[in-house]
Amino acid sequence: MESASVTDSTALARPSTLLAGGTDWRRRAKDRLMTVLIAGAFALAMIPLISLVYEVTKRGIPGLSLAFFTEDARGVVGEGGGAAHAIVGTLVITGVAAAISVPIGIMGAIYLNEYGEGRLRRALTFFVDVMTGIPSIVAGLFAYALFELFFGPGIRLGVMGSVALSVLMIPIVIRSAEEVLKIVPNHLREAAYALGTPKWKTIVKIVLPTAFAGLVTGVMIAVARIVGETAPLLVTTGVVDSMNSDPFDGRMQNLAVYAYNEYRSPGVFKQAAYDKAWAAALTLIAIVMLLNIVARLVYRRYKTEIR
Amino acid sequence: MLGAATKRSAAEEGKPEMSKRPAGVTSTEPVTKAGRGAKTIEARDVDLFYGDFHAVEGVTMTIAPNKVTALIGSSGCGKTTFLRSLNRMHELTPGARVDGHVSLDGEDIYGKGVDPVEVRRLIGMVFQQPNPFPTMSIYDNVAAGLNLNSRRIPKSRKDSVVERSLRGAHLWEEVKDRLDKPGSGLSGGQQQRLCIARAIAVEPEVLLMDEPCSALDPLATLAIEDLIAELKNRYTIVIVTHNMQQAARASDVTAFFNLDATGKPGHLVEVGATNEIFTNPTQKQTEDYVSGRFG
Repeated sequence: MESASVTDSTALARPSTLLAGGTDWRRRAKDRLMTVLIAGAFALAMIPLISLVYEVTKRGIPGLSLAFFTEDARGVVGEGGGAAHAIVGTLVITGVAAAISVPIGIMGAIYLNEYGEGRLRRALTFFVDVMTGIPSIVAGLFAYALFELFFGPGIRLGVMGSVALSVLMIPIVIRSAEEVLKIVPNHLREAAYALGTPKWKTIVKIVLPTAFAGLVTGVMIAVARIVGETAPLLVTTGVVDSMNSDPFDGRMQNLAVYAYNEYRSPGVFKQAAYDKAWAAALTLIAIVMLLNIVARLVYRRYKTEIR
Repeated sequence: MLGAATKRSAAEEGKPEMSKRPAGVTSTEPVTKAGRGAKTIEARDVDLFYGDFHAVEGVTMTIAPNKVTALIGSSGCGKTTFLRSLNRMHELTPGARVDGHVSLDGEDIYGKGVDPVEVRRLIGMVFQQPNPFPTMSIYDNVAAGLNLNSRRIPKSRKDSVVERSLRGAHLWEEVKDRLDKPGSGLSGGQQQRLCIARAIAVEPEVLLMDEPCSALDPLATLAIEDLIAELKNRYTIVIVTHNMQQAARASDVTAFFNLDATGKPGHLVEVGATNEIFTNPTQKQTEDYVSGRFG
């Protein structure tokens, strides 16, 4: 109220400035210029994305068929066959990777946010940051070297791929979970302590449920990030044409490696192989999109109002 | 305002003849109407620190059962810090430290082998901001203490505890038809009463309140003050308040905290019967503060 009256008095003192606006064109021009620039930058960022989705959809659709989702590629030369083994492989490898990474990642985040303090906490946060930047092939070689110790050279297992992907996924889960736990207000923890609740129970019953929606979203985004990995899987799960859903038994195909392989060695019937590669790419994008949609739905359904 | 006036007279009627005593002298008054559970808190030479910062210095006072003790004083004088040391919440702040003794009916709560979690079960707390658990319904908020602290409790017992606590917090009539709705859907005053219901559901012996009305409008404040007047029949109540009218209306005993200068530790200036502190304090600082000359 006071500020309003102050403006009133100045407006009365120099009534012309409000209406004339003559010297104002500079500011308006600047405003318009910035608006155009920002909108332009956004459009520029959208162009590759839209053209990518368009291109993958256009080229991927011809390769899609019932067989693509139901048959594997055993003994197939040229047309026919499918990528069912790659789809199953992708789901199994990613699923196991998530099963390894989610508990470790969330517990790591709980440690960093609820228990860790001082230098150790800072050091761990630093290494988590470093780990998010690890090139994925390094993660693959790490997993390979680890399993080679026990099973000898040349070993290829689905679970090796999962371990490699976990190395990539754990730091992402930790970072996102840490951010979410940070926003759980401290007064909720204190309210629980004041009821005589031990710390671990406060975390399990109050902090985690309050953060649940955010945690799920973080996990989904981390899964979406690793589901399309190729390099670490080439050296750990290998390339195979037949269906294998057991991560502990031999080679396992997945969509990214499948697409790579169809494109690299198409054989005689080039177009059929290319179609299948694009169809695999389209399927991967669809999986990622589905994960994002599920993440949003979960978030909307379970988000808690935090003041 | 009318309500406030009646409230005041009621509080004065209930006020016992309590001789004013300077800080540092412990109570010798016998427990007059010992309610079930209410206990005496004795603080002796309590010094509180945040890292190197000496926040509160040498507080010695006795908090009588079945009375409302108000802690007043200007901002930063350590009343909230002192309050939080009474149920070992102070030490949850990283770097925080406690020196001295606090006992609950003679038992040292900082003694060796005393579990702070146990202490907090006996000494409940209500916070400045109403803070119901956002993931829980009204029912589950009240039952939170039971659900979080003990193994399976039969539903029927839980039901009765929830009803008793909500009635105790004067909230039952307003929420009995929507117990399964989220607690965050209530108004601020209702949320604060929900938090009080949650605190008394675990049947503590002492209830600490940290400016419980500062986020509430005058009507909600009045409702809480009425509630406090009733709760003191069963609990020992300590309330931190910035509102001197509230201290005058709602408390039996008032403790005035002050600090000599910013950066210096806060300390207890004097403690005594509320009407004495407000009408005839022994210390000049107290008189200046309660008469509104500073603070």
